[in-house]
Amino acid sequence: MPDSNHTVRAFDTDLHALSDKIAQMGGMAESMVFDAVSALVRADESFVDEVRERDAVLDRLQREIDEKAVLIIARRQPMAQDLREIIGAMRIAADLERVGDLGKSIAKRVSAISRDSQPRSFYRGLEALAELALSQLKDVLDSYASRSVERIPAMRDRDEEIDSMYTSLFRELLTYMMEDPRNISPCTHLLFCAKNIERIGDHATNVAETVYFIATGRQLDAERPKDDDSHKVVYET
Amino acid sequence: MLFPPGPWRSLLFVVLAAVPALLLALTGSPFAPASVILLLVVGAVQIWRLSRNEEVPDKTDFLPDPANDEAAHVFADAFPDPLVIFGRNAEVRFANLAAREIFGEFRQGASFRLRFRTAEMMDLVDAVLRDGRTHSADYAERSPLERRYRVTATPLPGAPGHYLATFSDRTEVWRMERMRSDFIANASHELRTPLASVSGFIETLRGPAKDDPKARDRFLGIMQDQADRMARLIDDLLSLSRLEMKPVLRRRQSVDLQALMDRLIGSLAHLAGDNSVEIHCDWHESPRLVAGEEDELFQVFENLIANACKYGSAGGRVDIDARPVEIDGQRSLAVAVRDYGKGIPKEHLPRITERFYRVDADESRLRKGTGLGLAIVKHIVARHRGQLRIESEPGKGSVFTVILPLGQNP
Repeated sequence: MPDSNHTVRAFDTDLHALSDKIAQMGGMAESMVFDAVSALVRADESFVDEVRERDAVLDRLQREIDEKAVLIIARRQPMAQDLREIIGAMRIAADLERVGDLGKSIAKRVSAISRDSQPRSFYRGLEALAELALSQLKDVLDSYASRSVERIPAMRDRDEEIDSMYTSLFRELLTYMMEDPRNISPCTHLLFCAKNIERIGDHATNVAETVYFIATGRQLDAERPKDDDSHKVVYET
Repeated sequence: MLFPPGPWRSLLFVVLAAVPALLLALTGSPFAPASVILLLVVGAVQIWRLSRNEEVPDKTDFLPDPANDEAAHVFADAFPDPLVIFGRNAEVRFANLAAREIFGEFRQGASFRLRFRTAEMMDLVDAVLRDGRTHSADYAERSPLERRYRVTATPLPGAPGHYLATFSDRTEVWRMERMRSDFIANASHELRTPLASVSGFIETLRGPAKDDPKARDRFLGIMQDQADRMARLIDDLLSLSRLEMKPVLRRRQSVDLQALMDRLIGSLAHLAGDNSVEIHCDWHESPRLVAGEEDELFQVFENLIANACKYGSAGGRVDIDARPVEIDGQRSLAVAVRDYGKGIPKEHLPRITERFYRVDADESRLRKGTGLGLAIVKHIVARHRGQLRIESEPGKGSVFTVILPLGQNP
């Protein structure tokens, strides 16, 4: 929320409403990812339907934000910070909506994997990866809440950590598959889940860049760490 | 403003419009119908504006303002639980010291909803703003440490437009409930392996190896090792779950890290000798005091240095070096524990702080590792709002750097 008080107070109300909706979307996206991953790790399908329902709400919220933003731009013709605020809200909403989709797609795999029980070690890496991506998402949304940009460059660099964790997980799951062909089916699903979580980290990074843009009016440098080496991982028998 | 907006101003407008209408009607002017229409329009506009919420003046300007009362802040900051005061638009007006320490700084006017984003908190704020009664909800904070709170939101009596949210920490209760299932899930596999080996040997000793003193000796030795391993595992698991149950570290005391390190190196001399490793400690001119809890920090460096001695023994030495750094604008101390052993392959680096993650299961077993040491280190460092950085180059050794915020001079 900008500190400014506009002459037309309804404008402030509009901006408040917009960021309240972002807050709602953010909280929902975070809990969807958390619930989807716990459902997967605990082989507990009770959350799955809830995650799907929340995805529908998330989609609706994103549409509402888009409509509201267009309406504000048309009606108030905002400039500078206000305009960035609105454009930023639209961008963040789009990223959060994608995060929700990725969360849902993890939840959908729960039933496919949990039929026969795998050793817990299969999931430990995924849990750690999700923890990392979620804390990235949380820090980014917190910085949107407080509009503090000091830590944003560091946050963006943390995406590198997620990427290298993903590469390591990729390798580990591949090893399980080599060990026993019966592992192939669950591990393939887990690989997709890991990829989804890695994508969530990317979206969090996008949000971080948007927050930086809203607060400062400048874009972060274009170059961004890309350290997903999993395309290089090859196993020879 | 000359005349504050509100019902009285609306009445004034209507009266101003009514006077000429009345005069014109009395004089029988042909403009009378037009002026009556004007009167109706003015009246309608005023009613419409009054019915809109945001045009109602914010009366808090004239009333005591708890968010800006210095004396109230002194009390609020002394209160151990987080307190946050928010206004009609759920904007944060005040956060006490506990809230700032636990949830980070709040900007004046920052959105309460944005900071506490869960669906339960949204409903809580909506409910208290709607009906002005006291409501409660559960709030879970998941990173950097998992914490649970019971949040109660209530309107402040005597200060309309101000609402107070109090957070009471329920982490311990919640942990207790979760501990059993977590313990079973995490530990059953790890405890099973040594247990299976012990019972296997018991069977052998009662059967085929009954009268073989040589085998009996060997088997009893292995059983002893396995039993020790289980004991260490249980110790570490308990220590980790005790740490997870501890409240957030606040109002931290200062620890003299250099003195702590001297004691530690003394107590690890035996282990270093066994692995024929020399420990060197170089403090340069760095500050010695960091903010934190002494026992926990002791555990951190004990784990790191013991690891360096065990897994980096090939290099024959372990270097500890401290230097001041600035992280996110905070003055901190970076303590690096460096070994010159065989290092850790890159693909394992991001994951070695996971519970039970082992780079080399056989070596870990040989060195009496439980797979929990670095998980404990990571947790403690997170509790101290510090950072743990791990670098390693295979063949050259590893560096574990702990970065801790500096403490106050006593």
